[in-house]
Amino acid sequence: MTQLPPTLLAQLGDRAEAEHLIDIGYRIVDSPMGPLLLVATESGLLRIAFAAQDHQQVLEDLTQQISPRVMQLPRRLDIAARQLDEFFAGTRRDFEISLDLQLTGGFYGTVQRALAHVGYGRTLTYTELAAAAGRPAAVRAAASACARNPLPLVLGCHRILRTDGSLGGYAGGLDAKRYLLNLEATRTRLAVPD
Amino acid sequence: MPHFEALVHQHGPMIWRVCRALLPEQDAGDGWSETFLAVLRHWSAVAAADNVQAYLVRIAQRACADIGKRSARHIPMAQLPEQAVTDGYSRTELWQALARLPVRQRQAVIFHHLAGLPFSEVASALETTPTAARRASADGIATLRQRWSFEELS
Repeated sequence: MTQLPPTLLAQLGDRAEAEHLIDIGYRIVDSPMGPLLLVATESGLLRIAFAAQDHQQVLEDLTQQISPRVMQLPRRLDIAARQLDEFFAGTRRDFEISLDLQLTGGFYGTVQRALAHVGYGRTLTYTELAAAAGRPAAVRAAASACARNPLPLVLGCHRILRTDGSLGGYAGGLDAKRYLLNLEATRTRLAVPD
Repeated sequence: MPHFEALVHQHGPMIWRVCRALLPEQDAGDGWSETFLAVLRHWSAVAAADNVQAYLVRIAQRACADIGKRSARHIPMAQLPEQAVTDGYSRTELWQALARLPVRQRQAVIFHHLAGLPFSEVASALETTPTAARRASADGIATLRQRWSFEELS
């Protein structure tokens, strides 16, 4: 089997990007919760997925839903990768990246977009989130919307807890959710000393 | 149909063999990139192709022909070798022998033996009949054998 010189793929990616031929660009970055898949269209960050969600399957789904023009394009995700690094280092609270919210449709989407208003270090219950999305009785739907959040971390579904204070669920696993809540709690206390 | 990058991983190595056989070394990467850029530009046609592999080889053939013409224009006339097809082929003696085959035979050998296409597909890539494609490939291989053993003896 002939091996491809490694530079060939990178050159193809650069030229395809310059000609606007790639709809779904992706990059895999390391994080304290394992490898993360970052996906962006030309309009912005579209999808973040944890390893447990099967990165290949996520790309496969995006192929069906959006476009088969899929390619690894590390540079398209430079800014998102850097801001996530800063977030995990505790030096960034808010993301300043353009988002492509086309995967946030319907009531789930309303819930997912409402997540953007839950600030760093704060938590809400699923009931409060349902209310924030305009349907206070739709608690189960609010929980499902969190489970299907296309942009975890950026739309902070890790900040949503059960009414009894227990964690509920998390697509990245409960350890990841605990890690994020601890990170934000620690940094919030550090930032506002008594 | 897999997504674009999966297609590149699946067929990229085969297209790379074809491009290196059709173009001088310094242009082969360009031919390879142009082939897959053309795939992106004409995705629906590629996705609708009966035989994607054969379709890709045809795209590669066209891309390499364009690049070949372009870089041939940049070679000063005084430096042109006696047979234009040999320029840049310097990797191995076998490669050189392949480069000296008549164009038709060379293409048939490359498409059948390097790209792995059946003669029915080689025939449509070369716009000829399967019988003629098979004959061109066989003639090419026979010539290679002759030259190879001759050069080994000399």
